[in-house]
Amino acid sequence: MSHSKLKYVSSFVSNFTFMITTDILIIGAGPTGLFTVFEAGLLKLKCHLIDALPQPGGQCSEIYPKKPIYDIPAYPEILAGDLTDKLLEQCKQFEPGFTLGERAETIEKQEDGSFIVTTNKGTKHQAPVVAIAGGLGSFEPRKPLLENITEFEDNGVEYIIKDPEFYRDKKVVIAGGGDSALDWSIFLSDVASDVTLIHRRNEFRGHLDSVEKVQELKNKGKITLITPAEITAINGNEKVESVEVTKKGEEPIVVKTNHFIPLFGLSPKLGPIANWGLEIEKNAIKVDNSLDYQTNIPGIFAIGDVNTYPGKLKLILCGFHEATLMCQAAYKIINPGKRYVLKYTTVSGIDGFDGTRKEAPKAVVKAID
Amino acid sequence: MENPDINITIIDRKGVIHKIEAPTDMAMNLMEVVRSYELAPEGTIGVCGGMAMCASCQCYVLSETELPEMQDDEEAMLSEAFYVKDNSRLGCQIQMTTEMEGLEVELAPES
Repeated sequence: MSHSKLKYVSSFVSNFTFMITTDILIIGAGPTGLFTVFEAGLLKLKCHLIDALPQPGGQCSEIYPKKPIYDIPAYPEILAGDLTDKLLEQCKQFEPGFTLGERAETIEKQEDGSFIVTTNKGTKHQAPVVAIAGGLGSFEPRKPLLENITEFEDNGVEYIIKDPEFYRDKKVVIAGGGDSALDWSIFLSDVASDVTLIHRRNEFRGHLDSVEKVQELKNKGKITLITPAEITAINGNEKVESVEVTKKGEEPIVVKTNHFIPLFGLSPKLGPIANWGLEIEKNAIKVDNSLDYQTNIPGIFAIGDVNTYPGKLKLILCGFHEATLMCQAAYKIINPGKRYVLKYTTVSGIDGFDGTRKEAPKAVVKAID
Repeated sequence: MENPDINITIIDRKGVIHKIEAPTDMAMNLMEVVRSYELAPEGTIGVCGGMAMCASCQCYVLSETELPEMQDDEEAMLSEAFYVKDNSRLGCQIQMTTEMEGLEVELAPES
């Protein structure tokens, strides 16, 4: 192939939007979404999951990975983070695909009945069945209550640090009192020209060694610590030029900076899913619980904490049940008219898409003399 | 048997005053009482389930009622929450007890 032709091919590839195709497109990689992969796999259906968080597990890994859960059947006690690991291990042989760190933004029904779901980063996914297992919604950064803050978003205000190099030799002000505020202050103290950390209290809620490290960097003059204080204004012409910092009971001071990074954690919002034409009630998606947890749009299901119906309970174990029934309905949509009966894993074993097989060991048949 | 319910007042986010009876024998906290009476839409209160990790159940204590002292978790969460006032508490950290008869709180805005 000539050099010029190669160049043509590569530009063609970059202009052509790659489409991820699967059988069941799951929105939300929390416990319900992960268990769906397993149940779908038993029916030979492939799954792909989209999640706004950079890791699977949903709330279990984002909010409370170290908290014990006591109401998972057969687990008298299991840490939320361990539950995620177990679910990943259980569905591994069905080779789920993941689009992580991207939020499902739009859905378009196609003429053939399938759906195309596009994320906020433009990744496209196509599937005949969509299962929304979105929990309480996608986790969005909590924004401080400063009236002009939105004007400065991506112009000096960032809620998430994507590439630390972006802050090389820049002045940075970080606000917050948790692990992410501490950890990024430590990390950026070696990258940025100035790091100022502002928190409403003198105490920080973080790992002890992070707190001690910040103390050490403060003593060395590598981090400026202002506590107890709050950012009360952002100043600048299009770009952030300075922030106003107010210490409790004192006059505000102005701190010159190129970037203001508020790190106040994440809170879940139903987000774009609310605009997909689905029937919403009590911040959740209404489904038919007498049958298969389908929404008002045929082919789109809602399972786990994201759905609502009379008597709904937001429990992980209820999500597992809903996922299982939903997969049966998905099978009928994907394989119209094709016969199937429920099989027990104890009897049939599990054939993974990766070629592995799990089965009960065969009983030994041997005569006794 | 003594009535295990107490009378408390909750002002919802729209300013509506609700005088309600809260059970003290069901290990319920204030956030759960608000949810059981549906005084705030589902998904806008008790989002983290009651672990002092989201501040969606923040309220302002209006009465002089004596309440359990704030623990580190609650204090840390409130230090990162918004609309915080001197009388802010997290509803999920306030267990209903008979001593709280007459408690009056206002739900903080959603954030």
